[in-house]
Amino acid sequence: MTTALDPTSASSVRSLAPSSTGSRIILLLLLIYVPLAAYVMFGPQIGALKHYVLIPAIPAVLLLYGMAVRAWRDSTIAVIGATLVFFWLLIAVSAPYLPILDPNKPIAPYALPGAVKNGVTFLLGSDLRGRDMLSRTLWGCQRVLVWGITATSIAYVVGATFGLVAGYLGGWWDEILSFICNVLLSFPVMVLFILILNYLGQSGFNIVVAVTISSAPAIMRIVRGLTLDMRTRDYIFAAQTRGEHPLWIMMVELLPNARGPLIVDACLRLGYTTVAITTLTFLGLGLQPPDPDWGLMIKEAATAALVWKFTYMLVIPSIAVSSLILGFNLMADGLRELSLKD
Amino acid sequence: MLRLIARRVAQMLLIMATVSLILFAIFDSDQFRKRVAISELGGFGVATLSEQDYQNWLENKGLNAPFLLRYGEWLGKLAQGDFGRSLEKNVEVSTLLSERLFNTGVLAFSVLLIMVPVSLLLGVLAGMDEGSLLDRIISIGAVISTSIPQIATAVLLTVVLALGLGWVPAKSAMVDGFNFRQLALPLLTLLIYDIGYVVRMTRASMAEVMTSHYIRTAVLKGLPYWRVIMTHALRNALIVPFTLIFLQLNWLLSEVVVVEVFFQYAGFGRMLFDAAVYGDIAVVQAATLVAVGVAVFSQLMSDIVYMVLNPRVRFA
Repeated sequence: MTTALDPTSASSVRSLAPSSTGSRIILLLLLIYVPLAAYVMFGPQIGALKHYVLIPAIPAVLLLYGMAVRAWRDSTIAVIGATLVFFWLLIAVSAPYLPILDPNKPIAPYALPGAVKNGVTFLLGSDLRGRDMLSRTLWGCQRVLVWGITATSIAYVVGATFGLVAGYLGGWWDEILSFICNVLLSFPVMVLFILILNYLGQSGFNIVVAVTISSAPAIMRIVRGLTLDMRTRDYIFAAQTRGEHPLWIMMVELLPNARGPLIVDACLRLGYTTVAITTLTFLGLGLQPPDPDWGLMIKEAATAALVWKFTYMLVIPSIAVSSLILGFNLMADGLRELSLKD
Repeated sequence: MLRLIARRVAQMLLIMATVSLILFAIFDSDQFRKRVAISELGGFGVATLSEQDYQNWLENKGLNAPFLLRYGEWLGKLAQGDFGRSLEKNVEVSTLLSERLFNTGVLAFSVLLIMVPVSLLLGVLAGMDEGSLLDRIISIGAVISTSIPQIATAVLLTVVLALGLGWVPAKSAMVDGFNFRQLALPLLTLLIYDIGYVVRMTRASMAEVMTSHYIRTAVLKGLPYWRVIMTHALRNALIVPFTLIFLQLNWLLSEVVVVEVFFQYAGFGRMLFDAAVYGDIAVVQAATLVAVGVAVFSQLMSDIVYMVLNPRVRFA
């Protein structure tokens, strides 16, 4: 009896379709993230594999971009945002294979954009140590993206877990977790960052810790609110009656149903994390030289390039980082718009 | 309502007590003790010290006493307004703190003075007629201005206004007294992001109110449009933005760090950053406590304002 009118089969088809796209999206995301993370975080450990590891990520980025544009075609804002984000993602995974100069090799200092020096053309000029600005700008997105995505995801895992526990179990769990969250939220973010990075030392991994500690409380609040709203729904009572374990209910019944607002928030938060990483690197508390990074480029040029002629050293990385953050924000706005339409 | 406020205040006091305990515990760790030693004796001095001598030095300084005893002592001194001395600048922390807080206060007050009227006006204009051309323009401007991180705004403003046009100085160290022209760049940098953010929130709140039934009723009754806006819509639409403005204080304390470091403005943020890099623990500790105090206070104020403005909460 599988006619179109049969409600159970219709709903099962509907519930099957997004979950298979969902798993495809997750697979593609992993195909992009894992090589990129291996390349940036564990470069020395993977040895010769470093030359090939990013190749499968390139088609994955293009495929995912195509899927995103198709799914979000009703919202111009979301498509523009996705285009900006995927542009930088594509650059991040293909940087080693692009015909650009070595970003860390000093060639000719203070070459203006378009100048030809020592037989090399500098399309965007060179920085104060003579390294090519174009290749540094393109390479610069790698570390920001990898550390930003890692930090945001871990903050989400921690925040969502605590939020589910506080919202679903309630009682003492809620009291204690909410209090910890209030204490952490009462620190101004930058003060918290400075304290943590000063205590742990400066590195990408410690940025992940700092971002987790500072944004997990906010994520926890959102998830807790959503959980409180959902836990009195019939399907949760049904699950409880079936005798499902609370852990199972939280992970399988509650979390997937909260994903809509969380995806929008995650896009916004990726933007915040990018700002935080760039700012911390500018302050000298984040990623360390010599590898290219936008915050680092601004930091190095901020003291040496305060003359009108050389301001391209400051302007180029500023525009690059702003375009990535604009992409995340537009994506969040567009997704919110799309979710309100349904 | 008084009971609600009392409960909020009690919660805030509990948070402050916890924060001070955490702070003290962080700065009481071996890592930071070593830092105190390095700042006092120099890196070489500590390196040549034997383990026994180091322990003796700690004993002499009273850094080895039981945790609770030292925490109590620290709290006692704090209650008398004694924050200790800055190692780097060799002045009383309280003097340094009040001077730097004043400078940041000037900056923050100027930001609020301009931000509040401008962003409320733009937000209301945009939210009044959702989807109109004016709304589109303001919204796009707000998205772009909130997408540029402070550090990039600071760079772009310096390049255009200071290096290109030469209207204002590029740095705001203010070595020879207060100078309003030097305040311009840090002020603008903070304003650009902040206005965008509050405009977006005001617009969302206004747009939501405009779709409500009582606005439709007022329009159908034949009231003039401006009266519907002024007497019916604004009162409800501005509740959320007003509470947000208080929370901006907390946000400002975070953002002044990067702006003050970039423009070399001698304010609270730069003091905190310098002290953290130098390892000037007394200053970091005092600054963090003040920052948390301001944050907690602004959250309390925002809650109270919300309760006062929103009758549904007030009488609940």
